[in-house]
Amino acid sequence: MEAKHRLPVGRLEERFTEKKPLYTPAEALAEANRCLYCVDAPCIKACPTSIDIPTFIRKIAADSVKGAARTILTANLLGESCGQVCPVEVLCAGDCVYNEWGRDPIKIGRLQHYAVTETLKRDPALFTRKAPTGKKIALVGAGPASIAAAGYLALEGHEAVIFEKKAIPGGLNTLGIAPYKMKGHAALVEIEWVLSIGGIELRTGVEVVKGEAGAGQVSSADLLREYDAVFLGLGLGPDSNLGIPGEDGAGVVGAVHLIERIKSHPGLQLEGVSRAIVVGGGNTALDALHELSLLGVATSMVYRRTEAQMTGYVHELAAARLDGGTLVENRVPVSVVRDGDRVIALRVAESRDGKAIAGTESDLPADLIVVAIGQSRATQIALAFDGVVVDPKGRVVVDAATHRTGNAKVYSGGDCVNGGKEVVNAVAEAKIAVRAMHAQMMGA
Amino acid sequence: MADLSIDFAGIKCPNPFWLASAPPTNTGDQIMRAFDAGWGGAVWKTLGNPIVNVSSRFGGVDYGNTKLMGLNNIELITDRPLEVNLREIREVKHRYPKHIVIASLMVETKEEWREIIMKAEDAGADGLELNFGCPHGMCERGMGSAVGNEPQVLEEIARWAVEFAKTPVIIKLTPNIGDITEPGEAVLRSGAHAISLINTIKSIVGVDLEKMVPLPRVGNASTNGGYCGPAVKPIALHLLSQLSRHPQIRKLPISGIGGISNWRDAAEFIALGSTTVQVCTAVMHYGYRIVEDMLEGLSDYLDSQGMKSVSELVGRAVPAYQEWGDLDLSYRVVADISVDKCIGCQLCYVACMDGAHQCIHLPGKTEAESRAAGHIHMPKLIPDRAVISLAAAEGARVPYVDEDECIGCNLCALVCPVQGCITMKELPTGKVPETWNDRVQKGTNIVPGGLDATAAARAAT
Repeated sequence: MEAKHRLPVGRLEERFTEKKPLYTPAEALAEANRCLYCVDAPCIKACPTSIDIPTFIRKIAADSVKGAARTILTANLLGESCGQVCPVEVLCAGDCVYNEWGRDPIKIGRLQHYAVTETLKRDPALFTRKAPTGKKIALVGAGPASIAAAGYLALEGHEAVIFEKKAIPGGLNTLGIAPYKMKGHAALVEIEWVLSIGGIELRTGVEVVKGEAGAGQVSSADLLREYDAVFLGLGLGPDSNLGIPGEDGAGVVGAVHLIERIKSHPGLQLEGVSRAIVVGGGNTALDALHELSLLGVATSMVYRRTEAQMTGYVHELAAARLDGGTLVENRVPVSVVRDGDRVIALRVAESRDGKAIAGTESDLPADLIVVAIGQSRATQIALAFDGVVVDPKGRVVVDAATHRTGNAKVYSGGDCVNGGKEVVNAVAEAKIAVRAMHAQMMGA
Repeated sequence: MADLSIDFAGIKCPNPFWLASAPPTNTGDQIMRAFDAGWGGAVWKTLGNPIVNVSSRFGGVDYGNTKLMGLNNIELITDRPLEVNLREIREVKHRYPKHIVIASLMVETKEEWREIIMKAEDAGADGLELNFGCPHGMCERGMGSAVGNEPQVLEEIARWAVEFAKTPVIIKLTPNIGDITEPGEAVLRSGAHAISLINTIKSIVGVDLEKMVPLPRVGNASTNGGYCGPAVKPIALHLLSQLSRHPQIRKLPISGIGGISNWRDAAEFIALGSTTVQVCTAVMHYGYRIVEDMLEGLSDYLDSQGMKSVSELVGRAVPAYQEWGDLDLSYRVVADISVDKCIGCQLCYVACMDGAHQCIHLPGKTEAESRAAGHIHMPKLIPDRAVISLAAAEGARVPYVDEDECIGCNLCALVCPVQGCITMKELPTGKVPETWNDRVQKGTNIVPGGLDATAAARAAT
């Protein structure tokens, strides 16, 4: 399947090779035959979208790859990208019964990637839409939550219209995934497949605003009036700042912004950057550490607490270290040291329990400082819809059972609700919202 | 979506997948759960005069890491009271009227047959399967395979059943016989409506070498059991085909049984003449849930072949099953090893050297080394190709097939652990197709004058 939206050539992303390339049929068969086909399987329980993993793997082993893809995509329409980007080490594969038995867990992500990719290459028309319902839903943002929700809504016979501010759809799945896991193009092809279900319109370059809509804009009030329901898949806002002296100016960049540029900007070269520091302790920080290391930049990650307290995954840190990344724990940034305009170091203080200890400052030399301490919230768009409320952390408040917001017509899911989790969580939340929207619109 | 529904001797069923008469069909509760999972029919655990079963009952054959390649059992027919089974048949048919329940039956006297057939049909059974196949325990009492082994006895009892029955009578045959067409013809003569096969194969599954008792052990002794599971599939396919290509027996619908574990196995049985298939061991191993793959896989397969219904598949491969004497002697294939799939294990090399025709060579050897290793014929050039598969061992070389010497036996492809790495490619011989029977017809199959004359004639050509 060809993607309509394309990324420019000459991106830094293109330099990365996939760490887990698509299985050959022989590899997939060998791995599938290792699976025990457990009952009441722990891998299913560990999957936020409850994919029937043993069944799809048995189908691969029984030479029914198409059946395997059907099992996967029924539970998770974005199963192709989830097979590549899911942290299976802490989800399905992490709970495989083989772990406790001292054996290598089943490579569930790779089998899933194989089954879906091989099937959609040959046989994309896996699902048939139900008869048209005449209901129309607006989805705000074209990230994984909205794409999955639009797909499930379309299958139920509804019409879905997605509004995306950027020119390129897919949100973090296109612009934020570590390129050694999945390249932006793969996410765009997956979106094209979801659109091929039918009944979904994608409008890029359109911003949703409160009040009067100008060119390239649409107002929240119009959406509420013209559609039977609205789904907010807003994602998160820009990277948060450190708030320290010297931060403003070239040489200091937000991690999400940097990764987006690596993945989509044709001219980014990182010239003159031989040493970099990533500030943070989460998975975005680890991605930045790992990606810069693979690009040949000597990169350290500075974290204010201990390694054991990091929120980033242990396996991601281990993988980044294998590629040359290092961790400096118990340090807090104090200021950015510049020579003229040029960044030359990050001044840090030693810390205990995340708090700086006075008089312990030292300079860590760096040409580039990457800030990965979280993202702001997209609260403004959320609040443009009457009745929608956000919690003190800026997350859209929903009812857990239905993912309905304070406005009875407005549902929400993904990072803007959960504060920033995996693609698979966005899909799981989209499924809950679609079930509830469908019931509400059809008067069930 | 292909139509999976079938008509088996007048029995209409939503799909061809039936549970065989065995522990998975012991109770109504089990069968209703199976129907919920997607099974189209079930052959009830054999009814008769209830017996007593022993403990333990099953023995398994593992092969490497594969569990239960074969399963052996010494369990007899149902040990539950007849009226309980009949009550449950009635309940299942009441709650699942569109699903098929076949009563498997095994009794001794004519009067008993009359009585049990009446009762089973009265309870709502859609058909009857006469168990003439059980090869352990019951046959010692003159039932089961003792009947299946005696075509005349089989025919007589089958005639009783046809006389008493209002529903179709299916005769279940034993594989423990020299020529399956003999009981097959007996079924035909009896007027019974269908055949199912195979029942289990007489077996002893192993020996406990500490206690010096065969397995499965019952105290200090054991007995022969019936063997089933994936290992028996080739035997079942052969016996099935013997019947489905028989000019008269082929008119009877056949329910194929024996090692069916997935959709592909089922499709193979159907292609060789089964209208329905029955499954036991795979369900005993993994549960009723395996039917999901069978239904979906068969449907996808039929779609991919442009077949609109499963009935289009029935018997499709039967015409291609022929006598050896009718095979084309001019047809030739040779092995082709894929450079980008080979992992350098050299299993094909050793199989060819010791088990076949010494036509696979390892690169990088001198002619003297090759001759010392056992090669007789040396190709002009042995290309030295490095294995390029990512999975390959460091420094591994791709074995080389000497096509002039390769006789196309398949062995290397069979031992290769990598799917699709060794393929057998057709090599046009330019010869006119000719079978052994053609030669017999032309009189060129033998050279008059004895063995030496034949050798001399061969050497001259």
